Amino acid sequence: MSHAEPTPAAESAPGEQSSAAEEIIPDPGHVFEAHGQSEADFSAKPILTVDNLKMYFPVKSAGIIRRTIGHVQAVDGVSFEVRKGDSLGLVGESGCGKSTTGRLITRLYKPTAGSIAFEGTDISGYGSRQLLPLRRDIQMIFQDPATSLNPRHTVGSIIGAPLRIHQVVPSDKVLPRVQELLEVVGLNPEHYNRYPHEFSGGQRQRIGIARALTLQPKLLVADEPVSALDVSIQAQVINLLQDLQNEFGIAFLFIAHDLAVVRHFCPEVAVMYLGKIVEIADRDTIYGAPHHPYTQALLSAVPDVRQASIGGRRERIRLEGDVPSPINPPSGCRFRTRCPIARDICARVEPPLMQVGKRHKVACHFAGELGQHPATPVTTGVLGVDDEGHDVAGAQRRSDLLDHPGYQDTWLDLKTGQPVGS
Amino acid sequence: MTLQTSQLESLEPTPVESDESSTKAVAGLSPSRLALRRFRRDRLSMVAFVVVASYVVLALLAPILVKIGFIDPFKFHQNLLDANLGGIPKGKFGGVSGSHLLGVEPGTGRDVLARMWYGVTFSLTIALAATLVSSVLGVVLGIIAGFRGGLIDATIGRVIDLTLSFPQTLMLLALSTVFVLAIQNALNVNVNLANGIYEVLVLGLFGWPTVARLIRGQVLSIREREFIDAAVLLGASQRRIYFKEILPNLWAPILVSFTLTMPAYVSTEAALSFLNVGIKPPTPTLGNILDGSINYAQSDFLFFFFPALLIAIIVVSFNLLGDGIRDALDPKSDR
Repeated sequence: MSHAEPTPAAESAPGEQSSAAEEIIPDPGHVFEAHGQSEADFSAKPILTVDNLKMYFPVKSAGIIRRTIGHVQAVDGVSFEVRKGDSLGLVGESGCGKSTTGRLITRLYKPTAGSIAFEGTDISGYGSRQLLPLRRDIQMIFQDPATSLNPRHTVGSIIGAPLRIHQVVPSDKVLPRVQELLEVVGLNPEHYNRYPHEFSGGQRQRIGIARALTLQPKLLVADEPVSALDVSIQAQVINLLQDLQNEFGIAFLFIAHDLAVVRHFCPEVAVMYLGKIVEIADRDTIYGAPHHPYTQALLSAVPDVRQASIGGRRERIRLEGDVPSPINPPSGCRFRTRCPIARDICARVEPPLMQVGKRHKVACHFAGELGQHPATPVTTGVLGVDDEGHDVAGAQRRSDLLDHPGYQDTWLDLKTGQPVGS
Repeated sequence: MTLQTSQLESLEPTPVESDESSTKAVAGLSPSRLALRRFRRDRLSMVAFVVVASYVVLALLAPILVKIGFIDPFKFHQNLLDANLGGIPKGKFGGVSGSHLLGVEPGTGRDVLARMWYGVTFSLTIALAATLVSSVLGVVLGIIAGFRGGLIDATIGRVIDLTLSFPQTLMLLALSTVFVLAIQNALNVNVNLANGIYEVLVLGLFGWPTVARLIRGQVLSIREREFIDAAVLLGASQRRIYFKEILPNLWAPILVSFTLTMPAYVSTEAALSFLNVGIKPPTPTLGNILDGSINYAQSDFLFFFFPALLIAIIVVSFNLLGDGIRDALDPKSDR
């Protein structure tokens, strides 16, 4: 899988050009190394801490006086952490609020509630003027390269725009910098005066990546960066992103619905359903031992080439019905209407996102590996309710085990029902 | 069958996707350059363009030619008229001769060609000014309505509805005397210029809603595209988003609506002359020449025919030009 020979782009890089901005040009030998799965560094400090983030879009009635008749609860209480230089994958089906979460973090939307702490500062209430310096640190890669580039601008002016807006380099230095960036993303630097329509989909996505890199961000929100591309091009773009991450230490929030891509790219994965995170864990746990019935159903839907080649067929978990409307979500657990193991408690009490392993949180009353879901709810102890979901007098909610965006050193052991430490 | 390793290798990154042309000078073709290329290939549009361009050149030349006396649209030639027939020009075809190529005007004996030539200048000036007023108003309000949305959009929308439902022809007629007098006093200009300004203002102020609606619709679709989000994320100012990101994508509809509004105003000017609104003789416009010729349509048909034909050619060629520009800018549109 190694790609040791120097690439044409790297070869044509004139030495004197790189001196202008050495930090942005990766060492050519370094770039196209082996593209294995990236590994997590769970000890790194979080660069982004999202706590109980909510985004409700008002639904207006028709007619002249447009009253608000409800809210689409696109994102409803999402908490997670992204560590420096790490990447968190956000997966889920269409309409579950992944993209909204991404747009909240880049502050294209103003959240209804909750906090977004970037490097320790809460930016959720910032106005556009306060956000301006932060724009350099948080950037976004968009889904559709056909609409994310202005068709009337040349590639040079698209990639150079951030430099001009933030006046990071004098105007005569913009072009050399643009050419360096084109080279970094593997495009011909001579093409700066071409227009987006003259490029293929994969090349356009590279242009979008170059634009996001221009300001050397610390956090990149990648909103389905490859889902609009051909499969062969997907691999190239993913590998490019991985190289850039290794080279510049950029943290990624990687939004996707392709589980295979996320598995390759993200050491940590969060699964969303109807505006909530139902399970978040490191890669091996999510893909190897998922505890939430939704995650299990999602993974069973992924075609497996190896299994197909030997003729075997995995049991596929079919979910009945449709995703409920986010305007009027089900009471209790949002997944209960489609859940094969739902009971009464699921309608009464909302399962909290509870840490059940060193790097594993799950929001299910009956969390357990596929086929080994417990008979009694595992959450009753921490929530202070009985098996039917009724409040127990004197029992307290154990907020030391819940309500933290990151991972704690103690968690609830599912077998014993008692908190354990590492 | 299993995939060969070599095939898998080919899925690995090829950092520089396709470029054999790097040795050549690489210059991109902008969307407008591509449109121009398509436009040049369209023969009918090119003919329309040449006709329109020559009209514009003739209109620009006319005032100079009048000043140096090459053409004289105001000189009476009573000797060329037959007093016994009520002022009909002597000779065949409305007095066509070597010195008066399209004949002379019945009743006054002014040279028809000179009057029409000079008339094109005034007609096109009025149409151009009115189109500019309506386009600028329409584009500005359309962009604001489309991009801001909410209350601002709703307000502009209601103003558009109000303007479109207003009986503008009646207003043109009823208020013309009052307003022309007011313009005359306010700007201290002569009555004909005041008439012209009044006409331009009324056409422009009632013409912008259609442009605004068109532009608003375009902005609504552009606003949702991700490059606007990208610009916001880069920290671009509102001004930059309006003028650098949105406006360049609007040139196509603006240009098309411009070239299709111009001929409409040329014929509106003619129609308004019948209603006695606008510039009055002796200053010639195509409208008032045609208005004056109606009375002679039977006795001196050619005097009626020439200005009518001229208006028709202007309107048709402008419309074809507009169609051609639209086709060139949007290759997906069907004819």
